[in-house]
Amino acid sequence: MTSLPSQPSLKKMGLVIDLDTCVGCHACVVACKGWNTENYGAPLADKDAYGAEPVGSFLNRIHSYEVTPEVGPAQTVHFPKSCLHCEDAPCVTVCPTGASYKRVEDGIVLVNESDCIGCGLCAWACPYGAREMDPVEKVMKKCTLCVDRIYNDNLPEVDQVPACVRTCPAGARHFGDLGDAESDVSKLVAERGGFDLMPEQGTKPVNQYLPPRPRDAWVAEEDDDTQIDVLAPFLAPVAEEPKGFFGWLDKALERL
Amino acid sequence: MHPAPSIILFTVLSGLGFGLLFFLGLDMPPVSGWTAFWFLVIAYVLAVGGLLASTFHLGHPERALKSFTQWRSSWLSREGWASVATLLVMGAWGGLVVFFDTDILPLGWLGAVLSLITVGATSMIYTQLRTVPRWNHWHTPALFLLSALSGGALLAGQVTLAIVLLIATGLFQIWAWHAGDRRFAARGHTVSSATGLGRPGFVRLFEPPHTGSNYLTREMVFTVARRHVAKLRLIGLGLFSVLPVVLLLLPFNHFIALGAVLSHVAGAFVLRWLFFAQAEHVVGLYYGRRDPAGIAA
Repeated sequence: MTSLPSQPSLKKMGLVIDLDTCVGCHACVVACKGWNTENYGAPLADKDAYGAEPVGSFLNRIHSYEVTPEVGPAQTVHFPKSCLHCEDAPCVTVCPTGASYKRVEDGIVLVNESDCIGCGLCAWACPYGAREMDPVEKVMKKCTLCVDRIYNDNLPEVDQVPACVRTCPAGARHFGDLGDAESDVSKLVAERGGFDLMPEQGTKPVNQYLPPRPRDAWVAEEDDDTQIDVLAPFLAPVAEEPKGFFGWLDKALERL
Repeated sequence: MHPAPSIILFTVLSGLGFGLLFFLGLDMPPVSGWTAFWFLVIAYVLAVGGLLASTFHLGHPERALKSFTQWRSSWLSREGWASVATLLVMGAWGGLVVFFDTDILPLGWLGAVLSLITVGATSMIYTQLRTVPRWNHWHTPALFLLSALSGGALLAGQVTLAIVLLIATGLFQIWAWHAGDRRFAARGHTVSSATGLGRPGFVRLFEPPHTGSNYLTREMVFTVARRHVAKLRLIGLGLFSVLPVVLLLLPFNHFIALGAVLSHVAGAFVLRWLFFAQAEHVVGLYYGRRDPAGIAA
């Protein structure tokens, strides 16, 4: 059924991605590709993997952005992106066959691959580029939130999280119920000011992103004892006004 | 968006076919016997040919029948139902006209209305996508309906009406381009809103996820022809509207009329190709494909 659930689910399983912590190692991409190739659904194919134009399906990809804040030094921000399991998921309602659906019990958006005709309209409807057509199986692939891990009692408890979360060496990915205000992930979002991607699209994404923290200053304020760089004061400029020959040159050039 | 040949064939041909069925259903021109037969053959070849072309675009065409199940929510599904209903109703109407010389007017009118609903449903597949601001506007169904009607009038030999509709569609197309060129920016989609990382102009792609292309960049971040947009728009409009109108104003003969039809169809392909090739998907923002100044022609 490709109508969305009439009531938003109480449980909203999803990810919280910390843009401050992500180091851009792509380990989550590899873990995701590995788990989802060996387990549920059609394997995530690669085509022409060693040729001139390799192409493959991935459920999670890492972009990197260069950000110049108004004050402070420029930063590189690594930006993992996978399905955001939107509350108002446009990919679900466009599906003509009912292959795309949002689960009532936990809000996970899934594709029933045996019903997918590979028309690609759901991928067009997604603003985030979260869906990719498998180049070999010709069915739509997307993040399942590792639905075959998170409820899998055959796995040790520590492994009952999505593969990307389990593998992240930086602890930049958090998994939990964002519908429960008391959950760890919800508290994290509240504390760090988590935000939606492209809120103007009205998709109400469940996954949240935590902004990068402002970088430390080289020289702390006078009354601030959090200064990290103890040598910084020694690097402070000793002469604001040039003296001697350069002072004369500076003034002479100024007068010209 | 990637201008897939199958989708362009589908929307242009089925638009022409259902446009012609609209006029046949309204008895414009009143036809009977073999004339009616050949008119209906042309309309069905165009409409059914277009629908078949659309299945070439599917990854699993053998499951295409499943797309009739979700008419409650999906425009693609509704389009399937509308086209089948139109073809059945107009088939019944046409069968009676051709073989029994019986023109049941209300049946033809029903077929005409269903023809327009089909074209409207086709256009809504694109209009509903908030992710493609250029399409996400009432201009899209209006343009699809006007195009189908002008092509249908031309094929049905409604010369005066065709001239009016061709000019109207051409003018509306210019307006739709003018408005469409500004809509992406007007909706406020920027790399800032996409990433949440700061003000526009201060965030830019440093490294894409991979050096090659992927399904998304091939399907939705299509940029090849944008530098020729202005020329293609002129060529498209010239073939779609201007030349057919000039030819129709000449003293009528069948070769000139054929020339007008061929020019119009060629123009329709150019315009529909532009409809897809020019449309920008917001996911391009993540791939650094839109410069802040905008790409408007």
